[in-house]
Amino acid sequence: MQTQTAPAKINLKKKTVTGAEAVILCLLEEGVDLIYGYPGGAIMPVYDELYKYRDQLHHVLTRHEQGATHAAQGFARASGKVGVAIATSGPGATNFVTGIADAQIDSTPMVCITGQVGSHLLGTDAFQETDIIGISTPVTKWNCQITKAEDIPTVMAKAFYIARSGRPGPVLIDITKDAQFGSLDFEYKPCKGVRSYIPVPTTTTESILEAAELINQAKRPMIVFGQGVILGEAEDEFKTFIEKTGIPAAWTILGLSALSTIHPLNVGMVGMHGNYGPNVLTNQCDVLIAIGMRFDDRVTGNLETYAKQAKIIHFEIDPAEVNKNVSVDVAVMGNVKTTLNQILPHLIKNDYSNWLKKFKEFQTIEHETVIDSELNPSSGNITMGEVLRHINEFTNGDAILVSDVGQHQMVTCRYAKFNKTKSNITSGGLGTMGFALPAAIGAKMGAPERQVIAIIGDGGYQMTIQELGTIFQTRVPVKIVVLNNDFLGMVRQWQQLFFDKRYASTEMINPDFVTIAKGYRIEANSVSERKNLKSAIAKMLSSDEAHFLEVCVEKESNVFPMIPTGASVSDIRLS
Amino acid sequence: MKKENYTISAYTENNIGLLNRISSIFSKRHINLDSLTTSVSEIKDVYRFTIVVQVTEDQARKLVGQIEKQIEVIKAFYHKDEETIFQETALFKMASKLLFEDREIQLVIKEHIAHIVTVTPEYFVLEKTGSRQEVELLYDRLEPYGLMQFVRSGRIAITKDKMHISKILENFSIASS
Ligand SMILES: Cc1ncc(C[n+]2csc(CCOP(=O)(O)OP(=O)(O)O)c2C)c(N)n1
Repeated sequence: MQTQTAPAKINLKKKTVTGAEAVILCLLEEGVDLIYGYPGGAIMPVYDELYKYRDQLHHVLTRHEQGATHAAQGFARASGKVGVAIATSGPGATNFVTGIADAQIDSTPMVCITGQVGSHLLGTDAFQETDIIGISTPVTKWNCQITKAEDIPTVMAKAFYIARSGRPGPVLIDITKDAQFGSLDFEYKPCKGVRSYIPVPTTTTESILEAAELINQAKRPMIVFGQGVILGEAEDEFKTFIEKTGIPAAWTILGLSALSTIHPLNVGMVGMHGNYGPNVLTNQCDVLIAIGMRFDDRVTGNLETYAKQAKIIHFEIDPAEVNKNVSVDVAVMGNVKTTLNQILPHLIKNDYSNWLKKFKEFQTIEHETVIDSELNPSSGNITMGEVLRHINEFTNGDAILVSDVGQHQMVTCRYAKFNKTKSNITSGGLGTMGFALPAAIGAKMGAPERQVIAIIGDGGYQMTIQELGTIFQTRVPVKIVVLNNDFLGMVRQWQQLFFDKRYASTEMINPDFVTIAKGYRIEANSVSERKNLKSAIAKMLSSDEAHFLEVCVEKESNVFPMIPTGASVSDIRLS
Repeated sequence: MKKENYTISAYTENNIGLLNRISSIFSKRHINLDSLTTSVSEIKDVYRFTIVVQVTEDQARKLVGQIEKQIEVIKAFYHKDEETIFQETALFKMASKLLFEDREIQLVIKEHIAHIVTVTPEYFVLEKTGSRQEVELLYDRLEPYGLMQFVRSGRIAITKDKMHISKILENFSIASS
């Protein structure tokens, strides 16, 4: 027992507040100054406090709760901080689900707060009662319902800790209305650990040494890196790693921008619409080094024929990802920032010039058959690729590009130039159409000094088009490019290739997008002729305000190369 | 790969919703639970899920990985039958007159080392603890007499090797103090 000489640290800051005020104080304690949301009955006490604290905590009213989650995601991915979204119970909470699922599969740190009916009403099918804990369980890293005001500080602290630590992810906190009205003595202690949760597994020295030996002996090594490099803030360590060893590195779409796209060892994108070389050579390398990626099926194609000839090393933070889809020879567990640093001293530089030459050869073929005509067409309709080429010319790789889902997304990832990290924001794992517009709002607010350009298809744009209202009200200067092919292009492409051109419900009769944008008082423009494209993009990018640009592109063009579903990465088609 | 019985044991914090979280890991993969039992464990405030599934070893390993990934799961293991000592309990409710009118049934009870839990003028309740096979054997013997009710518990299992949960929790409290 301790003898009490001095009273053990009386907290003078301790004050009696309502649960609702405690929610705000917790957010402020966590350094949050911006949240996205939509009010309603069960969360009104918190909104009332938001009003009182509006000088310290800015609330952005999106036009739909799904928009709030995507905006929070965009904010998190551009800033590296935890995104926060807030909504009411029932429909407000269920509208969160898509964004939460998206954040879960793409490992985005996010705290979602929902109001809930009073605890005495739980289980009575009360007005706007839904079991959001039950609904969100499979798509959250953690969730928790609070029914007592005094639990708010500890649960909120735990929520932020879990969302941002280890492999990040979304957390949902559901707070009953009586807990918001109740009172507590507020005291905030940031969470430093949860005893049943190991955020970062321990790295063994053997794994480092085994991996180093395999890498040093390799004749044809290849790296595939994913978002783990960005989430682990390991961009510098990663660059040192490839420069020290001279090993070519390919990326998954979530890894894109962790390494400059013009780095000589950056050999492009792997996966379904990735580059020819890295896909084919996946099945020729002798050592495959996977760094912070999870062997998604869109990356691996048919697993039975994926890199069977290679020894595989997996640098990974999440033990459940190791040996999940692909059996590996060496697993190096831990945060890649730490493990890459640990392995560096053991690595030597080898001469891979013949091996690198192969990547060049494939690149030349791809250039001649696909890329050149996509980026530099001289006749016909505007292509998506040439829009990207012009954007690259103006941004020099400094902008954040937020893409939606479909052909334009693949074209954006394939052709965008990036020289800064956290620049490619897209819905990867879930493929959520409607992601880009709200995510771009969040990205611009998370990185206000950067140019943020949303690139969206005419289909996905109309899934969250209401967020133009948020842009109008907040005046957030995002640039919106809609690549309009009057089709649900990616689905149409599959119908053309695999369903004998039966275009079932993929043709879109679209509204006048320019008029709609203008209705929200957003500067707007449309181009359909090549000669006007460059100046339209220049105008958009030089504006200090939000700007909408519709580009009418070739209606029935296809994204190539392509690995058809079920095919091997080395069977990638060029046409 | 061959499917076998695997006993998955998960040591957890007691958290509302954790059952849902764990069961969805199985349902998402279309895997039937042969049995699921939750109880307290040897450690204060730590709970234990005992789950039996018919899967391949690769599936068992992945399931345990997914379970352990849940924030409130301290540690999870999988074991083959030969690595555990396991039992199930069954209760049989039968008419009391059978007990008095038919000598044979008394022999069956004795032979199968079952216990009579209670006897009332109308019915008696028999308890049998053992392996699934032992319970089934007794079931087959009693069924022809007419069962008023029958229920069997999920498997409970103790592993032959050590679990080291206390050590994990100790390490945490040392690290965080
Ligand atoms: C919410 C949602 N619904 C359906 C899909 C299936 N889907 C994938 S791509 C696509 C077409 C997208 O069309 P558009 O937004 O016009 O972009 P494009 O492919 O033409 O560039 C569809 C319908 C999806 N990914 N997300």
